[in-house]
Amino acid sequence: MRRIIKVLVFLVALAPAARVVTLTVTDILGKTHALGANPIDTLTDTTGIWTLRFVLLSLAITPLRRLTGWNVLIRYRRMLGLFAFFYGALHFTTWIGLDQGALWPYILPEAGPDQAVTWELILRDIAKRPYITVGFTGFVLMIPLAITSTAGWIRRLGGRWWNRLHRLVYITGICGVVHFLWLVKVVEAEQITYAAILTVLLGLRLWWAIARRLAAPAMPARRTVSSPG
Amino acid sequence: MLIKTRPELPSSEITPESVYVNRRTFMRAAIAAGAGAALTVPGTPLVTEASAQAGNVWPITNAAKSPFSTTEKVNAFEDITGYNNFYEFGTDKGDPARYAGKLTVRPWTVKIDGQVAKPAPYQIEDLLKFPLEERVYRLRCVEAWSMVIPWIGFPLADLLKKVEPTSKAKFVAFETLRRPGEMPGQRQAALEWPYVEGLRLDEAMHPLTILAVGLYGKTLLTQNGAPLRLVVPWKYGFKSIKSIVRISLVEKQPPTSWNIANSSEYGFYSNVNPTVDHPRWTQSRERRIGEFARRPTLMFNGYGDQVASLYTGLDLKKNY
Repeated sequence: MRRIIKVLVFLVALAPAARVVTLTVTDILGKTHALGANPIDTLTDTTGIWTLRFVLLSLAITPLRRLTGWNVLIRYRRMLGLFAFFYGALHFTTWIGLDQGALWPYILPEAGPDQAVTWELILRDIAKRPYITVGFTGFVLMIPLAITSTAGWIRRLGGRWWNRLHRLVYITGICGVVHFLWLVKVVEAEQITYAAILTVLLGLRLWWAIARRLAAPAMPARRTVSSPG
Repeated sequence: MLIKTRPELPSSEITPESVYVNRRTFMRAAIAAGAGAALTVPGTPLVTEASAQAGNVWPITNAAKSPFSTTEKVNAFEDITGYNNFYEFGTDKGDPARYAGKLTVRPWTVKIDGQVAKPAPYQIEDLLKFPLEERVYRLRCVEAWSMVIPWIGFPLADLLKKVEPTSKAKFVAFETLRRPGEMPGQRQAALEWPYVEGLRLDEAMHPLTILAVGLYGKTLLTQNGAPLRLVVPWKYGFKSIKSIVRISLVEKQPPTSWNIANSSEYGFYSNVNPTVDHPRWTQSRERRIGEFARRPTLMFNGYGDQVASLYTGLDLKKNY
């Protein structure tokens, strides 16, 4: 039963990617415009929004656990986090490979006039455009977390250090929301909603951390193996 | 400041007159214009138009060809009418095609006022009597994508000459319809409504500047700014204001919507300029809809030969 639920969660989490692949194949084979007038933007936007959603989902596990007492949720946190990284990797690859064009010389040599791979331009954009800088930072910070997501790495690092390291995901969450806020021409309800969710998720942690300090003031903090969540 | 002196529109790109002039349509337009006769838009509504716009979409058969047209590959009708920025209907590119069908475009009056000798309300039917031309123009959006669109319209100068700007007129201010009941985006505060835009008088009088009433051989769909919109091909797309209800000749530089919303990112001029980046993204390249790899963006969107002289001595980095 436990296994079946896990497989189901996995398949649901994979569904957005499956849909993107289906639309892309339909678009290429059927010339149906399945991805719209600007397919590369559609791919970039879709993979980007799912990255942010999975980052927030993985950040939601610990507060949900604490508020509801459903400890079973912890079983899905790693999977959700890895899906965040998976969508982030797709998003980054789409941007650098298709949007910026680094991949075109390899997959479609006759694609267009701008064939010189513009690495210089890409690097300059990462450094110069704040919304790209924060998006890139958020993604890069997920790399060590994905690598150290295994039981072996938890053992090697020890729970305390592993927990500390994985708090980097807070920064990834902030980077993701800021990236979204900065890239749009007009901030609307959608961006505000994601910012609000992140604020609640991080705010609860902050609140609990303060409450813990206040509850045990003068004592040298006794280290419980808390989850980074 | 860098103004490219290299011809942006090589003569090889201009179709020879013998090819582009369809004599019959040209003569029909000329006769109609000469006689001052009503250029009735003939035919019946296009029954193929599945949307609620069927009653307002008519073929336009009397548009003359123009030497200002590019010979570049024109974008697909479904892209031109399905991928739009028209925030009055929502901020998603698909929103205008989804929601603009409800907009009533008849009757439609354009008020012309301000520093003119002959202020008057113009009915859209009167405006359709101007000799129409097809202008195939590049359109470059500030978001770094572009299209090639076969507009049908007439030079804004034709209308302005008719209303006779006074010597005090230095700028032209434009205003879009404000009708939240039919424009759902106006119920949100994405921008201040109504949308307003402006040009310097010499920009407005430039032969490339047109008021468009159609594209692809028929009248405009509402998502493209029916029944009357501005097209200024050397400026970013948001300058080409849609569904115009008022044109005012004014003494001072008028406010413009995107400049009001974010003055550090959108200036009054907003000329297409690959050397002046938008603060948040580069303007040096663009993606032509229908293509994959980006292509370099041309100074003044490739219309430098015709318009660069308008900006002699003007610092285009400051006046972005």
